[in-house]
Amino acid sequence: MEKFETITALVAPMDRANIDTDAIIPKQFLKSIKRTGFGQNLFDEWRYLDHGEPGMDSSQRKLNPAFVLNLPRYQGVQILLARANFGCGSSREHAPWSLQDYGFRVIVAPSFADIFFNNCYKIGLLPVVLDAAILDYLFEEVKSTEGYRLTVDLQNQKVISPKREEFTFEIDIFRKQCLLNGLDDIGLTLQHAEKINQFEQKRRNEQPWLFM
Amino acid sequence: MQTLYDKLWNQHLVHTESDDPGSMALIYIDRHLVHEVTSPQAFESLKLAGRRPWRLNSILAVADHNVPTTDRSQGIQDPISRLQVDTLDQNCDELGITEFKMNDLRQGIVHVIGPEQGATLPGMTVVCGDSHTSTHGAFGCLAFGIGTSEVEHVLATQCLLMKKSKTMRVSVEGNLGPGITAKDIALAIIGDIGTAGGTGYAIEFTGSAIRALSMEGRMTLCNMAIEAGARAGMVAVDDTTIDYIKGRPFAPKNELWDSAVAFWRTLRSDADAVFDRTVTLDAAQIKPQVTWGTSPEMVTTIDGIVPDPARVADEVKRHDMQQALNYMGLNANTPIQQINLDKIFIGSCTNSRIEDLRAAAQIVKGKHIAANIKLALVVPGSGLVKKQAEQEGLDQIFRSAGFEWREPGCSMCLAMNDDRLIAGERCASTSNRNFEGRQGPGGRTHLVSPAMAAAAAIAGHFVDVRKLTN
Repeated sequence: MEKFETITALVAPMDRANIDTDAIIPKQFLKSIKRTGFGQNLFDEWRYLDHGEPGMDSSQRKLNPAFVLNLPRYQGVQILLARANFGCGSSREHAPWSLQDYGFRVIVAPSFADIFFNNCYKIGLLPVVLDAAILDYLFEEVKSTEGYRLTVDLQNQKVISPKREEFTFEIDIFRKQCLLNGLDDIGLTLQHAEKINQFEQKRRNEQPWLFM
Repeated sequence: MQTLYDKLWNQHLVHTESDDPGSMALIYIDRHLVHEVTSPQAFESLKLAGRRPWRLNSILAVADHNVPTTDRSQGIQDPISRLQVDTLDQNCDELGITEFKMNDLRQGIVHVIGPEQGATLPGMTVVCGDSHTSTHGAFGCLAFGIGTSEVEHVLATQCLLMKKSKTMRVSVEGNLGPGITAKDIALAIIGDIGTAGGTGYAIEFTGSAIRALSMEGRMTLCNMAIEAGARAGMVAVDDTTIDYIKGRPFAPKNELWDSAVAFWRTLRSDADAVFDRTVTLDAAQIKPQVTWGTSPEMVTTIDGIVPDPARVADEVKRHDMQQALNYMGLNANTPIQQINLDKIFIGSCTNSRIEDLRAAAQIVKGKHIAANIKLALVVPGSGLVKKQAEQEGLDQIFRSAGFEWREPGCSMCLAMNDDRLIAGERCASTSNRNFEGRQGPGGRTHLVSPAMAAAAAIAGHFVDVRKLTN
């Protein structure tokens, strides 16, 4: 996993609550057996005017000019502002994959769905939770200011606005270290392999029916 | 004074960095269910890292999302779907993982076949790269959906790194009225606490109405826990649980059975256990539920009307409601019973088990679907459910009534195969998500119970199943 370093980047607003994973990446694109290339189909049903299917050349498809990410001012965006319960629905990691592949590094919302939230950390996409009132303010700022950029400083757990306002966010220390150092979860867990073996052996003795 | 969740958590705790309840813990996984959509990238990474699955007999695999529900003798026609299913087959064959292949009678929706085979047992941690893994919590399990990176993590280490959830008790007391099902309880709860109400919590469903549910009803309820935002839902073990498991292929036998049952009976919250939040519903007040919008919390009762955004004060909420109504092609204040339908879908990991099919068949018996219904599908949850239904003659009841009787799979719950809505079509569906485009781009989904879907098929619009007599 790539290390997460402080970024200062363009911000786009997705002003809608309960954005689900079916909206983030529609199911027809889940048929891929690869991990990459989902960015072109991020928010496919909202983003394009035609119906998308796997294998289509996205550069030839007609964009929905009203969709926020298609507006010229948001090209090159890396930080997404979202509303409550972002990423609800299925466990598909294709949702964070598609956001990351599109270019997003950070999603800021008042709340996230649990599985989506967890999946983001696994791939180095940072979900930042801020109070709904702060989000309201940031939505206003980003809409009224073309080229609005935020700085996300993971080390100090701060989102910093162009006016130098600082908004502190919480993050689990373990997840923070994994992101900052680009650590691989599996490698870390396997450091405990002996402990897992012992646990398993004990369990096998106590509940043998679980191992048949 | 532990909750069921606390017990399950503690019994699977391999390692933790500190005693702080908020710290990351390594949790042992007993059962790993695998399907074709969320596993290929995990298997690929595993191989690239030169790793092997930690414990093969913890894994059970099946293809369910992409499989056709029509004639399977020619295989899968869509080359992209076929590649995904072939990839699962290859991975399982190569690694020696137990898989029910497409033409195996035991094939079906992963959340139907786990319990059906006895591969889901009380006290287990059960994971799958699918959010509806919460279904298995009906057996007193800690069961939850995971992403593909975590699928790989479980394959490689038999563990997951996670933080302990908060606990919520949803207590449903009293007797359900006639025609009211677990699906209605689930939707009523989601209507009450919202789709984010359970975020960060593991829900335990308790109360006399839950105790009175069959295992299939409990599975329907736990299945929908994720639609309330809770990664895991669960029900304590009782005689109903144990009776269901006895004799299933993967269940323990003889002396092991007795030891297992003795242990399983401890899988309940202690009387004085403290939950972080408690929600109480009166079973007698629950009416047949119908969703009207594009989120499961956008739900009302069969005698209700489509709500009016103009009456909602919160601006974001009003905007979302209006957007939902536009998508659904509905006007505010329309009575639910005046909503006409185009298609009917009876199936999915929520409602495709034998009791669901019986309930629907009872409604349609001797009747015929309305002229405005273009397609009514019954998709059994597994090959074994299908066989059982055919032995009971349910297939004939459905076919005579104008329904199509299909092969098992996820089908039109998420329309990854050919079963889907066309833009603008309106469907009464027994599935779990009414998100935009879920059943096909531009498709409009109303979530209901199997009996309500069946009744809507006959009438051509929603009707109150409580008023139907047979």
